[in-house]
Amino acid sequence: MVAQNIFFGIMAAIMIWAALRVVTTKNVVHAALWLVIVLAGVAGQFLLLGAEFVGVTQILVYIGAVVVLFLFGIMLTRASMGEDENVNLPNRIVPATVGVLLFGLMAFATIDYWRDAELPKDGSPTTVEAVSDSIFSDFIVPFEATSVLLLAALIGAIVVARKE
Amino acid sequence: MNVLADLAYWQETIIKVLIGLAAVLLPAGTIVYLYLFKMMSFMQSRLGPMEAGPFGSMQPLAEVGKWIQKEDIFPTKADKRVFAAAPFVVLMSTFLLVIILPGGPDATFVDLNVGIYFGLAVSSVSVIGILMAGWSSANKYSLLGGIRAAGQLIAYELPMILAVVGVVIQAGTMNMQGIVFAQAEGEIFGWGGIGNPYIITQFLGFVIFMIAIQAELTQPPFDMPIAESELISGYLTEYSGIRFLLFFIGEFATSGVFSAIAATLFLGGWYVPGIDPHNDIFNVIGPLILFGKMMLVAFFIYWFRFTYPRFREDQLQRLAWKVLIPLSLVNIVATGVLKVVL
Repeated sequence: MVAQNIFFGIMAAIMIWAALRVVTTKNVVHAALWLVIVLAGVAGQFLLLGAEFVGVTQILVYIGAVVVLFLFGIMLTRASMGEDENVNLPNRIVPATVGVLLFGLMAFATIDYWRDAELPKDGSPTTVEAVSDSIFSDFIVPFEATSVLLLAALIGAIVVARKE
Repeated sequence: MNVLADLAYWQETIIKVLIGLAAVLLPAGTIVYLYLFKMMSFMQSRLGPMEAGPFGSMQPLAEVGKWIQKEDIFPTKADKRVFAAAPFVVLMSTFLLVIILPGGPDATFVDLNVGIYFGLAVSSVSVIGILMAGWSSANKYSLLGGIRAAGQLIAYELPMILAVVGVVIQAGTMNMQGIVFAQAEGEIFGWGGIGNPYIITQFLGFVIFMIAIQAELTQPPFDMPIAESELISGYLTEYSGIRFLLFFIGEFATSGVFSAIAATLFLGGWYVPGIDPHNDIFNVIGPLILFGKMMLVAFFIYWFRFTYPRFREDQLQRLAWKVLIPLSLVNIVATGVLKVVL
């Protein structure tokens, strides 16, 4: 387990640095590219936890789709090459406060729930079969609720796009 | 048996990295020589390269040497670091893609439980590299090419993933090794003479997958992003020397790796009928069989490449969203129903 801890530390340090660069860089495209490093780090942490399926989904959905859409949108609208002074908002207190509060809330919830939980000692990854079994038995109601929510968002997007 | 099991972890890793390099570069070189140089020439009634080596077979090496010694030009207004990093992002996704391929019952780089899902995920990372290249060149043709590429890759990623879902349902696993065994030990209506290569039961999925990878590779007829009559060379316009070479290797290596994935998913991978799939002989001949099947699939990709004229942008998007995605959804539903019924 020592190697995992070392790599956790390395990846966490890279992620924190990249996350700081996301909010401090003055170029929107650079911010999106730093975000790729943060999200890749998240995927790496999932892999360290033995959650192969979640880690790979993280790459497919966030890096392969969400960030690509960010970049796509930025390049279609305002793809300025140099530094952009208007990127950083003058008001930094409110976003910083929200960020700290969210971090505290999530850290508290995570630590409180998994206080004594331990990872399997043999380090074997969770199989896809186990993930699907738990989704379709214990978590069937949240899963269906999320599906309906996504469907509603999908239909809503079509309605907004079709102005007739 | 597994000869690598006796070695230390780092020795095993070094050997696997070297084999991975060979598994990416050798098929790429073979494809470039046999298909891009020779087959295209014969289809156009000319000889192709004849001077370098017997029948011009050393021509790919000569091309590599030519590009390496050319100047590595950066446009004045380019975003230097992003411009320099873009080809490596594209190439990285190719090298990550090759590790899911199994070459025999024990001959795997890493036997991932999520297998093909991992491959689809890392192949989508190359879009980031292409967008980086298009944006950082500070050139409107490059930017347009990058945006076209991103729109196209997003559109064709969906039918590609959905076409694979049919195979995953039928095999009952995402593991590449499991998919090969499911085909080797499968039966067609109770007859197991040739196993059950999924090209028979998943023919629709195979066709959708092939069209989608043709578009993912931005090969003609799906080469709108680098349409030379409109965009010079799209996101590649400003690249020269070794960085262009990296993009070039990335393009042809990815076509080889995708062909090998298609061969594994639909043609039975390293397995040939008549030998027990657990026989150790497959660890030796398996990679060669996979290579043969890969060259067969790649032949079709390049046959289409040299035959059809380019799609228009709207035709290209319509084909993905209105034809391929609904068809692949129908395929998934039909496969799921038949899996439960049969």
